[in-house]
Amino acid sequence: MAGIFFTYFALVSMAAGVLTVTLRHPVHCALSLLALLMHVSGLFILLNAEFLWAVQVIVYVGAILVLYLFVLMLMNLKTDERYFHSSALYILGPAVLGAGYVLYLLLRSPFDGAKGDTPATAVLQDGDTYAVGIKMFSDHLLQFEIVGIFLLGAIIGAIVLAKTPKALDAERERL
Amino acid sequence: MIPLSAYTAVSAVLFMTGLLGVLVRRNFIIVLMSVEIMMNAANINLVAFSHYLESMAGQLVALFIIAIAAGEAAVGLAIIIVVFRSKISTNVDEMNLLKW
Repeated sequence: MAGIFFTYFALVSMAAGVLTVTLRHPVHCALSLLALLMHVSGLFILLNAEFLWAVQVIVYVGAILVLYLFVLMLMNLKTDERYFHSSALYILGPAVLGAGYVLYLLLRSPFDGAKGDTPATAVLQDGDTYAVGIKMFSDHLLQFEIVGIFLLGAIIGAIVLAKTPKALDAERERL
Repeated sequence: MIPLSAYTAVSAVLFMTGLLGVLVRRNFIIVLMSVEIMMNAANINLVAFSHYLESMAGQLVALFIIAIAAGEAAVGLAIIIVVFRSKISTNVDEMNLLKW
């Protein structure tokens, strides 16, 4: 059963990723990015990470993607005839070759290592939110605060950048 | 039981797709969307390793990555709006003047 769901989520997320890169109209790209994000959140469910599933749906789909769609519709872009960069053909071949080699390496490696302290049974017993919360507010508190400061800086930076620069324009007209 | 290498393979394909999008597309907004695809690929990897190696740290880093993606989207879109206001274009190959 999990195998069927994994195959579905994996195939649809990869197809949506390719569509995001190749579609012509930017709004269509944003909508296929929506499909990608939802299916990646489905993969998180399969990995017993239901808190990350909720965060993915709320923050990525609900906030970031809506921000993208707002900006797209605010600018009312014309779709160009030539929507790939001029050097696209030189990049495509080496990228596909490199991806094939990386896939070959990944699929034949066993990936084993030292186990941590949170087995799947403990996560299933208390819930993923509990496990993440205990870990975050005991061992990773400093990183949590740093991310908070980072978000504050990002908000201030976005406001400063997007403000209309009236004073600068007046000064430029005088010169 | 799904092997861990299946998750890493999906993540690798998504990452290469995003990288190609960054390199190939002309529209700056779609370049930013491709960066989001790459961050999602990294998140799949982190959560998969966190599940299979039974440690919570991977999921925490994935959470921090989501927060940083939100900040990056806000600042990137603000930069796009500034450039669009002065040049009426969002193509990356027309942004070649590093002054205001």
